[in-house]
Amino acid sequence: MSRRLLVAVCALIYFFLMLPLLVVFPISLSSAPYMQFPPPGFSWQWYERYLDDPQWIDATWRSLYIGGATAVLALLLGVPLAFSLVRARFRGRALLDRLALAPIIVPTIILSVAIYGLFAKLKLIGTWYGLVVAHTVLALPFVVLVIAAGLRDFDRSLEQAAEGLGASRWKTLMRITLPLLRPSLVSAGLLAFISSFDEVVVALFLAGANMTLPKKMFDNIMMEIDPTIAAVSVMQILLVSVVLVLIGRFGRGLRDSAR
Amino acid sequence: MRTAKGSGEGSAELLIEGVAKRFGDVVALDHVSLQVAQGELLTILGPSGSGKTTLLKVVAGFEAPDAGRVTVGGADITALPPAKRDIGMVFQNYALFPHLSVKANVAFPLEMRNVGKAEIDRRVGEALAMVELAGYEARLPKQLSGGQQQRVALARAIVFNPRLLLLDEPFGALDRKLRETMQLEVRRLQRRLGLTTIFITHDQEEALVLSDRIAVMNKGAIQQIATTTEIYERPANDFVADFVGESNILHGTMSAPGLVALPDGRKLMVDSEAAPGARVGVLMRPERFAPGGINEFTGEIVEAVYLGTSFKLRLACEGGQELLVRQPARGALPAAGTTITVGIDPEAIHVF
Repeated sequence: MSRRLLVAVCALIYFFLMLPLLVVFPISLSSAPYMQFPPPGFSWQWYERYLDDPQWIDATWRSLYIGGATAVLALLLGVPLAFSLVRARFRGRALLDRLALAPIIVPTIILSVAIYGLFAKLKLIGTWYGLVVAHTVLALPFVVLVIAAGLRDFDRSLEQAAEGLGASRWKTLMRITLPLLRPSLVSAGLLAFISSFDEVVVALFLAGANMTLPKKMFDNIMMEIDPTIAAVSVMQILLVSVVLVLIGRFGRGLRDSAR
Repeated sequence: MRTAKGSGEGSAELLIEGVAKRFGDVVALDHVSLQVAQGELLTILGPSGSGKTTLLKVVAGFEAPDAGRVTVGGADITALPPAKRDIGMVFQNYALFPHLSVKANVAFPLEMRNVGKAEIDRRVGEALAMVELAGYEARLPKQLSGGQQQRVALARAIVFNPRLLLLDEPFGALDRKLRETMQLEVRRLQRRLGLTTIFITHDQEEALVLSDRIAVMNKGAIQQIATTTEIYERPANDFVADFVGESNILHGTMSAPGLVALPDGRKLMVDSEAAPGARVGVLMRPERFAPGGINEFTGEIVEAVYLGTSFKLRLACEGGQELLVRQPARGALPAAGTTITVGIDPEAIHVF
């Protein structure tokens, strides 16, 4: 009896979570010229409009490379940070440990205003690399969390074995430690990518004329509303889903990382 | 490969001098000194927490000692990083690299020494043949059984002709039968290659099977270093006597030459030169009791266990003394409650 109740509640929650998708998917394939549910007929027209519009394509590319650059930068900073947080013993380590997670805790809007103020002085507003820097700040906690979890589970006798067999610290890192951390690195990098690819608040402040996909979508909704936005959403959802599948396949599960 | 030399003789290949290490308030090593001869297998035997693993880590270079010196072949290696020590080590959990094939695992130390590719192939093949794993090159460690993993770890530790081989409780995870096979195999290989070896274990039986000499450790200090028979027959103190093998340990005073007075007034005839008046420990191994021995003990059997080749009897003797006795298993197992008399000859009693 209670088991059935549990199943029913879970089904309801899933339905609730999936509801927007159940609306968005059909609308993206609608033949009607405006938002209408249920759609009166089938057509690819909104996908065609998206693909034919250089502004959309432009924004998509920009989001892709900003996301990619963010992932790379976040890994370059986050991996050494995670190593020092897990392995090094120094004064203020506990403080740094908390600080590393600050970007998750501080409201994004506050962060955006602060970054805007700083970047205005540095003339970084409207540049793609400025956005990469800002997104890296947001992505860093995810990278640190995932890599630190991987490092805590790491069997250090493997590193000792490598050193005992004649490997320098550097060789040990490159041949043993990093290859064995690859699942964590994959997860961290892809999460950093998604966090940037989906991000709209910071982009609204900093992107200027250089539209990212989320910002273009936001603007599109403000200006005109037609089912193109649904088509874009569907493609964005599909891309993020693919990335999540990749994490599940090659990365370290988020479940393992939550500690 | 290095040529084999007679074990136990030769010059000291490894020299540990006054090595001390403390972790906070805990003294892990209390100025330990020992020597291992070229080609010798020395076992460090001790309970967990005795400092044996810390000592091994100091030799391997994973722990820096607070004081003391470690030299190999005359060269001081105390300050060298592990990578420069040229020491092969088999870890307790084998520490095989899970992402590398058997071949890549064994080739690793050679690659780190910039050995040429053809030479690597040849030596890896040789090492794998030596541990009877030829044909397993492409497997990953997780595709191997525990015994096979251990062989790979061993091949990896010897493939680069190390000056020293360290074995850290390598047989702990294997079942009894496999453990015995591996013990003999390791011993055979070690002898053949003439490898100077330190073997760490808490298993006294294993220590007796494998070693040239045994160093018994407790509380960060070496209690006794001696050959296996010496350790068993003539332990230096209570701890060694109790830790190695089954034992009956009594304490008393020498009342006359060759005579020990026990606290309960009994006198034991012993074969000892200790001066009258000296406080001594007396060790009687359970299997040394025989029906007609000179020093007689009469007691009631409290517990009788059949062990295949022998009976293990626990006697409650007159005067409250408990005695552990082993007798060859012939006839019926004596029933608990019966009173029997056993004896032990003076030569069979060790006085320390």
